[in-house]
Amino acid sequence: MKAFVGLLCGALFGVGLAVSGMTDTAKVQGFLDLFGAWVPDLAFVMGGAVCVTLVAFRFVLKSKKPLLAPRFSLPTKSAIDGRLLSGAAIFGIGWGVYGYCPGPAISALGYLQTNTGIFVVAMLVGMALANRITRA
Amino acid sequence: MFAYTTPLVGGLLIGLSAVMLLWCLGRIAGIAGIVWGAVSAQPDNAWRWLFILGLLLGPFAYHTLAAVPYPTPSTAPWWQAVAGGLLVGFGVKLGSGCTSGHGVCGIGRLSLRSLLATLTFMATGIATVYVIRHVLGVM
Repeated sequence: MKAFVGLLCGALFGVGLAVSGMTDTAKVQGFLDLFGAWVPDLAFVMGGAVCVTLVAFRFVLKSKKPLLAPRFSLPTKSAIDGRLLSGAAIFGIGWGVYGYCPGPAISALGYLQTNTGIFVVAMLVGMALANRITRA
Repeated sequence: MFAYTTPLVGGLLIGLSAVMLLWCLGRIAGIAGIVWGAVSAQPDNAWRWLFILGLLLGPFAYHTLAAVPYPTPSTAPWWQAVAGGLLVGFGVKLGSGCTSGHGVCGIGRLSLRSLLATLTFMATGIATVYVIRHVLGVM
């Protein structure tokens, strides 16, 4: 059942990404081109998603535990530190360079384009590198 | 013309997915975290791999059933995919989250940490495209 929920949520998320245009690198870069030919459409993606989570998370987190798990696994870090901000800054640069963040990159693998495969492999290498550095 | 209907519908679906995952499994729908958890062989991992499978199959089903063509492939050279991928992977792992984990879920939980992370990656993303397009004059 847990696995089925995982599959369903992943599929829903993936459809959302494809419908919204997040799997189109040109659209994403157009959205980030605030000082050029700005394409504002994609603001509605995070806008719409955040409207849903802002309201629904309140209700969900009122219950003692999730439906199918013993407890909520929420992030425990609360520090606003150099690691958080430099990580976010580096991520943003990469996002601008190619036009994909992690979700759309995985979703776009199904389009069978060589560059997307290259991007995802490089992304996994980048994650492993950061993991090494932060563990050392 | 602003084509905001499909982005809005897509955003609502993404939000719904995040709510279902938190409600049923108590997990945050952060793609960077789910992918890292899956490849680093965390315990109780089946849902992560199936989420990733869904992430792949969902768009395929949408494009096929709704007869919507795939987006035009990026014209960027391969080394740009390498650079972008490395920076994205390194950054999301160091900063503990991406557009979904910090942006959609973190802001939804009213996390100041996530709000600041989101403003930061938005700002550097915008700055990067500015430099590439209007300073270097490519793309």
